[in-house]
Order: sequence, then C-alpha cells, then structure tokens
Amino acid sequence: MTRYFTKDHEWIAVEGDEATVGITDYAQSQLGDITFVELPAEGSEVGKGDSASVVDSVKAASDVYAPVSGKVTVANAALEDQPELVNTDPEGEGWLWKMALADTAELEGLMDEAAYQAYVAEL
Amino acid sequence: MNAINPNGWRPSMGEGAPDNAIQTFTGNRALQLEEALIFELGDADRSGVDFPETGGIDMSALGPMARAERPELPGLSEPETVRHYTRLSRQNYAIDLGLFPLGSCTMKHNPRLDEKVARMPGFADVHPLQPVHTVQGALGVINELAHWLIELTGMHGVAMTPKAGAHGELCGLLCIRAALEAKGDPRDVILVPESAHGTNPATAAFAGFKVENIPATPDGRVDTAALIARLGPDVAGVMITNPNTCGLFERDLKTIADAVHAAGGYVYCDGANFNAIVGRVRPGDLGVDAMHINLHKTFSTPHGGGGPGSGPVVLSEALSPFGPLPFTARQADGSIKLIEEEQAHDEHPQAFGRMCAFHGQMGMYTRALAYILSHGADGLRQVSGDAVLNANYVLRSLEDVLDAPFGASGPCMHEALFSDDGFAEGFSTNDLAKGLIDEGYHPMTVYFPLVVHGAMLVEPTETESRAGLDQFIGAMRSLAERARAGDELLKSAPHLAPRRRLDETLAARKPKLVYKD
Repeated sequence: MTRYFTKDHEWIAVEGDEATVGITDYAQSQLGDITFVELPAEGSEVGKGDSASVVDSVKAASDVYAPVSGKVTVANAALEDQPELVNTDPEGEGWLWKMALADTAELEGLMDEAAYQAYVAEL
Repeated sequence: MNAINPNGWRPSMGEGAPDNAIQTFTGNRALQLEEALIFELGDADRSGVDFPETGGIDMSALGPMARAERPELPGLSEPETVRHYTRLSRQNYAIDLGLFPLGSCTMKHNPRLDEKVARMPGFADVHPLQPVHTVQGALGVINELAHWLIELTGMHGVAMTPKAGAHGELCGLLCIRAALEAKGDPRDVILVPESAHGTNPATAAFAGFKVENIPATPDGRVDTAALIARLGPDVAGVMITNPNTCGLFERDLKTIADAVHAAGGYVYCDGANFNAIVGRVRPGDLGVDAMHINLHKTFSTPHGGGGPGSGPVVLSEALSPFGPLPFTARQADGSIKLIEEEQAHDEHPQAFGRMCAFHGQMGMYTRALAYILSHGADGLRQVSGDAVLNANYVLRSLEDVLDAPFGASGPCMHEALFSDDGFAEGFSTNDLAKGLIDEGYHPMTVYFPLVVHGAMLVEPTETESRAGLDQFIGAMRSLAERARAGDELLKSAPHLAPRRRLDETLAARKPKLVYKD
C-alpha cells in the first residue's frame, strides 16, 4: 500500500486500483474539533479536484477534494455518529471514503509522505 | 413553591471547571438571575389575557384538522411574561451596554433621534396595502432615501426592497443574470476572491452561477493579475468586497472593473463595509454595476440577533432596467407614484420580478433617512473618517503585542485584523476571545477571514470615544500578553460570566433541539 498526499491536505492510500481517502493530521489540527462530515454518495463518480465531501468544524466548513478521479465505493458510515474520529485518528479510523481509481497515472502528480511533511513545514 | 429551573439542568461547564461558587436556593447569584425556559415557567391554566367564551362556534368545518388536545403553550401572567423577557434581556450584551467590536458587522451607536422618527405613528402604523394616496409621506421617505443612496454611491438606480445583505447580493446577481439573458449571453461563471464573505459564493451558486475562487496577494488584496487572466467569454462577473474583509481598500477595483467590462462581464461589489468609505468614495466612479448597502450597519438600525436588516441595491445604468419591483417615482404634481406589476409593462418592462411581497423595511427607511439628513453631507464624510481613524488607532496600539498580518500594507480601513501568531503553545484566538468576556466585552469576530490563521477582526466604529477605545485596548493588551506568556487561567476563561466556557463542540455534534425529551 502506498500513501500519497495533496497540497489541499488530503491523503490517499492506494492498493492496486483501490484507494482510501481522508484528511491529514495537519488538516484536522488546523480545522479544530470536527462536528460533522458530509460524505460522498456511494456509487458516485468524482473527478480529480472535485469537491467530494465537506468537513464542518467549530471554526469553518471546508471542502475535501478528490485527489484523483474514480468511483466512490464506500463512505465511512462511522463518521455519522462519531465525526471526532477525524480528529483522533485522521489517517486511520477517520478515513472518509474508499474509491475505485479511474486512472492510476493521476497519482503521479501527488506528494509522498516526505515531500508532504516538507510542504507542511513551510506553511 | 418550585425553585426556578426545577429540573436543575445546567449547561456543561467543560472539563476542569471549578465548581466552588456558593450555591443558592434559586440558582440566582445576587442580581445575576437564573432564568428557566418559558415552557418551564407557569402552567397551562394560567393566562395573561381573558379570552372570550368560544362556545357555540361550529368546529365541524375543521374536519380532521380540529385539535384533539390542548396545545402545549406556556401559561404566564402578564407580569411573569414581562419579567421573563426583561431577565433574558439583562443576560444579553448590546451596543447600548458597551463597545461591540464585532468585525465586518459595524455595530455602532444608533442615534435616538432616528429611533424617535421611526416610531412616529404616520410611519410606524401604516399598512402596505393602504391606498397609495393615504401613504404619500411613507412613499416620500422611500423615494427621498432612494435619491440619497444613488447620490452617495454615484450609481444610476436603486432597488430598495432587499431585506438584508445576502438578499441584496441575490438581487444584484439576479440583475446580472437578467441582463445576460436579455442579451442571450450564456456566461455562467462568477469569480469570488478567497477572502470574501461566505455569503458571496453561496449567493452566486443560488443565483445559478458557477463559482471560482481568485487568490489574494500577500498584502491582503485581490490578485488583480490572476483575476484579469481568468476573464473570458464564460465569466459573467466578479463579486468583490470593498473595503475587503482584511480591512483593506481594494485599490485596483477600477482597473479590475474596466477589464471585466471589456471582457463582457459585470462587477458586483459587496457593500458590507460601506461605513469606511461613505461620503468619500462613490462606487459608481469605480465601475461597480451593483452593490448592496446595509442600511442596518451604516445608516443606524439596531441589528444583530437575527434582524431586522435592509439591503437596498444600487445599480449601474446597464443593470437598472432589470431591478426588481416595486419602484417609486415623483410625478409632476409632486405626488409619489408606486410602480408595481400593473404599471411595469410601460415603465419597467425588463424588471426581473420581486424580492419581497411589499415595499421593504419601512422602519429602516425612516431611520436611514433621518440619519442621513441629520448628519448631512459633511457629517457623513466625518463618519467614515472617524471610523477609519478609530480602527487604525486600535491597529497601531496593539500591533506590538498582537501579530497584524497586513499591518505593513498601509493604513487599514474600518477594521483591524490580527492573527494568533506569537501566542504560547496551546493558546488560541478562542482563549483570548473568552477572556474578553471576563473583561466585559462582546468578543470580536474570530476565525474570519479564513485567509488569516486564528483571525481576530476588530471593528470599533466611529461612535467610540478615545477613552472607550483606550479601555478596550488596555483589556486587549492584557489578554494578548497573557496568551503570549501562557497564562493557564486564560485557557478556562470566562471565569466571571454566568456560564463558564461552554462545550461548543458537543453542542455542534449533539445539539439539543427540543426543551425536553
């Protein structure tokens, strides 16, 4: 499994042509306590860069963009009752959705963990 | 006798809050009064009014709609009712109690003269369905105010009826849409700077446009080059707030407007911050096509707490024909004519429709006209001058203890913007804001605009005295120093308010929307 990151602070963990998407620990720390997560509909098609989900926190409502194109296969239903999972375990239990990738070549423009950490350190 | 709030419910004070205060039987603390919900007071058998007997009325026409059980309405005597709301009002903070530094809201003193005028029976007790010849005075106020708004903004026309800022934005964008449709032009993209009020993109989307963000420059203004580069045959227009939400004047607005017009689009200006420029800058001279004016902000109506608002939209010559009904017009004999649907086919055939049922917020028109006439042209110029002076006084008095991200961008306009940069580890804007409650102030706007980390937006307005500002600055300096030094007591503020720090996260995650289960 390989994990990639976007400049908008999403992570995407890829295994074959399946992937899991969430927001990074840095993103959740900036947003503050998450109060609600609006998830994409299972079966919906998302394009790279589309707003696929909205994360509400005590400070703001923020769009979560699809890091790559594909079809949403599963949305994390646990977040309906426990949006705080995005705070406590953003890169684990707090995942947002799983998707089938349309084109694995789209992953090439994303950052790896080291590059992302360097990017965050600059902010 | 029941104690007040007999079920003993109290909001959660959050973890770690000390509970060492003396407990009283009633829950009151001297003149800090506890107050139950109105549904928890009184009972169904009590009433403040004598209702007539209802016997003999045939209820059969109601059929299945007839009520089988008594409604669960609170039953209170008149004094109990009066006391309930008076007690609640004492727990509120208001501009009549002290400085209300809520940025982007223009919470300034509302002159009592304007309140007096608004309560004159000839204005306050008229009905929108009265025959036009019986309300010539009220229509005259609307017509005169419309004239002044056009004069102050250098525009061509005005749609008076929108009921607040966001309603005005919608009116302006629907005018743009109507103008495009009249030309058969399919443009459908509205450009919005990333520092805009959230209502801007929401309005554009609601009016049927696609929204695209335009980045800001490091000095806190719209990136003019990026905006102009994006213009094209699909761009219907731009929405720009001026002065913007970083408290800065958008110096390139004329350049931007010229480029937008050359590319076939229209310019909407969010006029939320008009208080900073009234009497000094005419948006019409900058190429604006539509702008709402929040009468409740600049032109004195008590606001906050949900209303009322009033957001007339001034329009350029290009957009005026599409403004919504009704309009007023003075006729040759001096009387005021009301142009509604029946007359519109002759006089406003392209009006896109209506924004509300009647003529708008009459009580705010009277206040606004009284404010304008009592200030006069020179007074209105002084309003914006003093508002900007006060904001800069706050900015420069605090920038050595609070980070001012755009402090080097020159003077601010009506509001001063700070960030949480420099606070001790673990201390946030929220902690400082809660500390301000202990100091006896309503907190400033926090975490907006989003482009600044831990934003604190302070709009003192022109109606604060030097002494009042100095006291506020002293409180802010003290709190900023505590946040920088890492004073743990600040993390659990407020300590002196009727309620300690409430669990806002729990309230948002698990809101209680009914008063009992």
